[in-house]
Amino acid sequence: MTATSETTSPTARTVAAIAPRDTLRRRRGRTTTLWALAFLLPSAVPLILFTLVPMAGAGWISLHEWNLIGDMEWVGLANYADLLTDPATRAAFGHTLYYLAGYLPLVFVGGLFLALALNTALRGRSLLRGVYFLPVVTSWIVVALVWRWLLNPSIGVVNWTLALVGIDGPGWWTDPAWSMPSIILASAWKDLGFVMVILLAGLQSIPVELVEAARVDGAGWWRRLVSVVLPLLSPSTFFVLVISLINGFQVFDQVYAMTGGGPNGSSDVVVLRIHSLAFRYGEAGDASALSWLLFVVVLAITLVQVRGQRRWVTYA
Amino acid sequence: MPETLAPRRRPRAGRVLLHVVVVLGALVMFFPFLWALITSVSPGSGLSTTPSLVPQNPSLGAYVELFGRLPFLRVTLNSLGLALGATVAQLFTASTAAYAFSRLEFRGRGVLFAVYLATMMIPLQVLIVPLFVEMKMLGLIDTYLGALLPTLSSAFGVFLLRQAVNQVPRELDEAATIDGAGHLRIFSRIVLPNIRPALATLAVFAFMSSWNSFLWPLIILRSTELQTLPVALQSLQGQYTTQWDVVMAGSVVSILPMLAIYVFAQQYVIQGVATSGIK
Repeated sequence: MTATSETTSPTARTVAAIAPRDTLRRRRGRTTTLWALAFLLPSAVPLILFTLVPMAGAGWISLHEWNLIGDMEWVGLANYADLLTDPATRAAFGHTLYYLAGYLPLVFVGGLFLALALNTALRGRSLLRGVYFLPVVTSWIVVALVWRWLLNPSIGVVNWTLALVGIDGPGWWTDPAWSMPSIILASAWKDLGFVMVILLAGLQSIPVELVEAARVDGAGWWRRLVSVVLPLLSPSTFFVLVISLINGFQVFDQVYAMTGGGPNGSSDVVVLRIHSLAFRYGEAGDASALSWLLFVVVLAITLVQVRGQRRWVTYA
Repeated sequence: MPETLAPRRRPRAGRVLLHVVVVLGALVMFFPFLWALITSVSPGSGLSTTPSLVPQNPSLGAYVELFGRLPFLRVTLNSLGLALGATVAQLFTASTAAYAFSRLEFRGRGVLFAVYLATMMIPLQVLIVPLFVEMKMLGLIDTYLGALLPTLSSAFGVFLLRQAVNQVPRELDEAATIDGAGHLRIFSRIVLPNIRPALATLAVFAFMSSWNSFLWPLIILRSTELQTLPVALQSLQGQYTTQWDVVMAGSVVSILPMLAIYVFAQQYVIQGVATSGIK
């Protein structure tokens, strides 16, 4: 703010008029800073008010016992200590990891296969790409409802089809052992097109000459894939992994709508737990502590990935 | 199109097989949409035990029931209003920020941009409790404004548009500066017209993420007539446990606007996803 008064004060103007060039430049720098401030304000205000402030707020609340209505009671780090030993929270982290372990290989292998296939001169390629991408623009709630219907144990079309080939279909979302697989299946269906498009864009940015050179050297299809294409695709692969892990830890909508965390808590995931702690049990402190814990876990994993990328990611 | 793995010498049978697999996969991917549509026009779907691809006694009864029993039209308009609000706001906030990050040299620019990017990593899910408390202090629980405020600015949008502004030739700015144009004029007359495709991409994304968002509207909007489509759909499921035709009719209604946008703006959507993946 001092910059404002200085640039507009009469003395500054007089000095600038007779001053050597670098004062002029400094003055122009200040004007630019003011312009930058003006151009950044519309985006910075919401980011500060509705992202950074709440982020700090979560930290503050996490150090208290609070039911969102009454007085806050300072408890220090007790909420964190409770969470680390709470079986329900551990289970929620376990289910989230289960989700990632099932979901990541499905979307990644499927997405890579599709990207490779659609990167060839296949007829109807853009239509096919469009169809595979369609679920990406659909809301998670619709995905969950439609899949609940498809996977309905007694009258759903999936079990009906399985019965045709003599398989007695499982109870899907009504069975504790099958609730997570049901969610994984629906999520993979939704996100497959997303992974495909990112990998396809990566494939198309690989210089043709490199692949040609390998072909001239007598490398077969598989060899070219493993030794040339996949290494050059690694920046896109890296991006997919980072984004999928960040999103995967935050899985919520589809779980809420498909199983509500059940049956018997068999699909309770971390964010669902945050939601029920805060809005069902009135434990805002525990919920905020779990929020921070989740954020720290996601941040740590992302940083490890960024650090580790040097070992396997090749930037052409 | 570069054929990275061009199967020039691959046997024809392999190519045919590949084609068949990819087409079959597409049919499987499309089937859930088709099935939702079929169910929605088949009354009594929740009772029949033998599914049929051809609707028995097709009727639009489920849609009539949907709009009759719930304030479904109102709910759809709520979603539409919030999505349009978020879209317009994000186009404004992201384009101005992109201009600052690309064209204005100020101290701490790199650090500030990193802070913007870092906020992309903070999931809304982590913020729901304090955000709810904040809205409560502002008296915005159960208001459209409370639902809209957290969607005004998106770091992803800033990132996307900055890439686009960087590609607008600086000579254009310089020429305009010589003609006496200031930053506002350069921004509105030179930069904005030159990044139209990126603006379209952001518009589609902003609309989509608001239209599809669930957690925040679920928490902040309490009264039925203020609810958004995904939240209403979710509660529909509880009310009509066996009436799958009504639930699927609701799903179809919710998919349609996104489908329409997608058909017209497919290139922008796919390009947007693709650009975000390229370093």
